Amino acid sequence: MINALHVNEKDNVIVVIEDIKKGDAVEYDFEGKMYKFVSLEDIKLYHKMAIEDIKKGEHIVKYGEHIGVAGRDIKIGEHVHTHNVDDSREKLEV
Amino acid sequence: MRTFWGYKRDDGRVGIRNHILILPASVCASDTTRIIANQVEGAITFNNQLGCSQVGDDFVYTLDTISGFAANPNVYGVVIVALGCENAQMHLVKEAIMKRTNKPIKNLIIQEEGGTLKTVEKGVRFAKEMSAVASMLRREEFPLSEIILGTECGGSDPTSGLASNPLVGALSDILVKEGATSVLSETTEFIGAEHILAKRAKNKEVHDRIYEIIYRYEEHIRVNTGEDVRDGNPSPGNKDGGLTTLEEKSLGCIYKGGNSPVNNVYDYSKQLKTNEGLVIMDTPGNDASSVSGMVAGGCQVVVFTTGRGTPTGHPVAPVIKITGNRETYKMMEDNLDFDASPIVYGKESVNQMAENLLDDLIDYCNGKLTKAESLGYIETAIQRAANFV
Repeated sequence: MINALHVNEKDNVIVVIEDIKKGDAVEYDFEGKMYKFVSLEDIKLYHKMAIEDIKKGEHIVKYGEHIGVAGRDIKIGEHVHTHNVDDSREKLEV
Repeated sequence: MRTFWGYKRDDGRVGIRNHILILPASVCASDTTRIIANQVEGAITFNNQLGCSQVGDDFVYTLDTISGFAANPNVYGVVIVALGCENAQMHLVKEAIMKRTNKPIKNLIIQEEGGTLKTVEKGVRFAKEMSAVASMLRREEFPLSEIILGTECGGSDPTSGLASNPLVGALSDILVKEGATSVLSETTEFIGAEHILAKRAKNKEVHDRIYEIIYRYEEHIRVNTGEDVRDGNPSPGNKDGGLTTLEEKSLGCIYKGGNSPVNNVYDYSKQLKTNEGLVIMDTPGNDASSVSGMVAGGCQVVVFTTGRGTPTGHPVAPVIKITGNRETYKMMEDNLDFDASPIVYGKESVNQMAENLLDDLIDYCNGKLTKAESLGYIETAIQRAANFV
């Protein structure tokens, strides 16, 4: 059952669209292909889950853009939110 | 060509409501305008908490906003009420309105009339005379190019960026193609997404203005409070809903502007033009004051997306509320006009739902009341630049 959304191919997080319990399969369709991960913890409706291992200091990517940096190492299947993400103000001049 | 039924004003603009505005020049006139508006069918007012003890830009924002409300084509005529001694002197308010429009204006100064009861008696007579004339106007058919659409998001959550804001963006693109003006607002929620907007700027001047308003806003908060914008934005509710950083919120926010080029950048509450495509207005992320800026600019209608749910409305313009959050729509259906959650669950495409939303928008333009209108919501806030003097 599809219970998550992957927005952009560059993204290292997905958004869950059902309440997820630890150990649940998290499945989504991206451009016609199905992907499946196991959640390592409870994740509230519409919150984010990592679909790549993200090292401390690396960018969190959603919508194909930087939304913050990992405050600590984050594993695939972990909840990604304020407890493990730091703000970073980048110069975004074009 | 899609059309709607509106009221032609003498200044050439087209309204979708036919209100008489009892306009408080300052906080000291706000209870008086409420008493007057309560007596007259078709009259509206709001609580103006400002209008006195203000200097510089802080006063300009207030004067531009209240005169802009008066000039909005949803308003047939205006009865201005001032106390008499405030910074927003009657002649200043009147002149500011007359720079924007030639609609009927009457005015009353409480200190000159001899207090509340005498002012109320005259005010009610003025308003009921205007209301009688306004009620004789008939709606006529106009192309959608006469619309100036305001777009706003408040109480955002991750569904805002996934469903409701892309939906509003698709609606905005349709209106832009029809020759209308659509306004993207909330400068604080461009932070982290400024490069995407700047790339879409029509020319270098607009490109530079986009960066200017964003950097100016961040600096303003830093200088005045010593804090970073991020300390209050995302809000606790945004975070509880699943938004982690301001950048994430901003990237979702700017979807409201669709894919159209950005043709202009307006300062807060300045008069907007019809037929200008997508433009930006420099407004705060605070919902009530952002909506007020756009309505003062001349937006006849506002589409407002929410994740957490909000009752927000406006006295002058209908505010159509949309959520992409399935649970919020169930919880707060009494306050919400459109359920965009089928987009999240892959049941409807953004473009299909945008056609449905356009049909609804036209109904609201033709006179259908939004939930906020039917509940009588008139909360109004105006952007500040400084404390009272």
